[in-house]
Amino acid sequence: MHRGKGMKFVGDSRVLAPSVRKKMISKDYSEYPGKTEAFWPNFLLKEWMIGAVFLVGFLCLTVAHPAPLERIADPTDTGYIPLPDWYFLFLYQLLKYSYASGPYTVVGAMIMPGLAFGGLLLAPFLDRGTERRAMKRPLATAFMLLAIASIVFLTWQSVSTHDWAQAERQGKIVAKVDIDKASAGYKVASANTCITCHGDNLSGGPGAPALIGTGLSADEVAKIAKEGKGGKMPPGIFKGTDEELKTLSEFIAGLGK
Amino acid sequence: MLNKIYDWVDERLDITPLWRDIADHEVPEHVNPAHHFSAFVYCFGGLTFFITVIQILSGMFLTMYYVPDIKNAWESVYYLQNEVAYGQIVRGMHHWGASLVLVMLFLHTLRVFFQGAYKKPRELNWIVGVLIFFVMLGLGFTGYLLPWDMKALFATKVGLQIAEATPFIGSYVKVLLAGHEHIVGAQTLTRFFAIHVFFLPGALLGLMGAHFIMIRKQGISGPL
Repeated sequence: MHRGKGMKFVGDSRVLAPSVRKKMISKDYSEYPGKTEAFWPNFLLKEWMIGAVFLVGFLCLTVAHPAPLERIADPTDTGYIPLPDWYFLFLYQLLKYSYASGPYTVVGAMIMPGLAFGGLLLAPFLDRGTERRAMKRPLATAFMLLAIASIVFLTWQSVSTHDWAQAERQGKIVAKVDIDKASAGYKVASANTCITCHGDNLSGGPGAPALIGTGLSADEVAKIAKEGKGGKMPPGIFKGTDEELKTLSEFIAGLGK
Repeated sequence: MLNKIYDWVDERLDITPLWRDIADHEVPEHVNPAHHFSAFVYCFGGLTFFITVIQILSGMFLTMYYVPDIKNAWESVYYLQNEVAYGQIVRGMHHWGASLVLVMLFLHTLRVFFQGAYKKPRELNWIVGVLIFFVMLGLGFTGYLLPWDMKALFATKVGLQIAEATPFIGSYVKVLLAGHEHIVGAQTLTRFFAIHVFFLPGALLGLMGAHFIMIRKQGISGPL
């Protein structure tokens, strides 16, 4: 090449010394497919078109799927099952295996990710041959494919073992309602152990939804109280009289209306 | 008119070489999707930069409403999401952009890796690129706490436990990040906010500058 100590750069798109550089004039369209193209303004215009198409798709995504927001952080809620953002799931899943957790946490949290990311960082010094094609450097390619496969597998394991229905329930924003704990309805709810699962404020718990603003009628509430729902709530929880059932169902149906 | 302004500045500061270094160079055939469709793999780096710009801009607008305080953080995000005009769009862009930038960064890394483009003379640029990847992951981790909702708090608790597992310095790292040995609270939120908004973006801009200067200096790697 023209400068420096004669380092060979293939496909030279470097800025050349003024003495050797030619004036950059974009090629005539009749020369298509010409070999090279001026960055400014021809190629940049195409890049902007790609960017514009991308931006439209991106904005559609933000309109179709608003960013999620769960209820305000409550450090006292010990039943909450945490989950990191999806791109950390593979690390999180790794810590669930017995030789990567407990007394071996260092293995799962530091040694394995450390080796993987350290290898990535130092790749140019580990893979020092001059060959660039992936097939001609089998070790480097094999290690990267192994890493990708591990990340995909661990992420999939994490996603498939997570209880997404419960995750949605436990984080739901519940409208704040002042519950009259001296009312007859609340006393019936308390006596029939409703609040054990649905919470003191009936705002839901780890295994049960909120009873505020359910949108159910009193009859529907009465039916669920007696017959249970969806396998999680067993039948026969309610053990009181019909009179109490009416009080309870009207109380619950009236919450957050 | 524009030319006159340009000439006026150029006469005093000699900006033409600077302009030439940034814009005046050829794009080789093998990276141009107009010639070879498979060259779309060269778009991932540029799209990563594009989303990074979106992240910086949307983040700047988010801080106009966001309050890094355990009483008001969630309230401010809720207000932004439900009351502010287009707040949902701006927060949506920042939220989804955080995922997309990592996807694009990952694809860009794979492109460079499988093409062996990190080999001599481009070792330094590869290292800077991997450092950018780490900074992005750090931005994702610290940004996740800021809405101060349930998943934010408990995911951060798990993350801090992992940081604590670091041999020898684990407990110091945790205190540095969380501000307290045991409590994940007000101090943690302000620290994560500062890291997310000042420390990591500062590092990111410096690293990206180095990344781009090295690309201009070395050019794009040749065809396989």
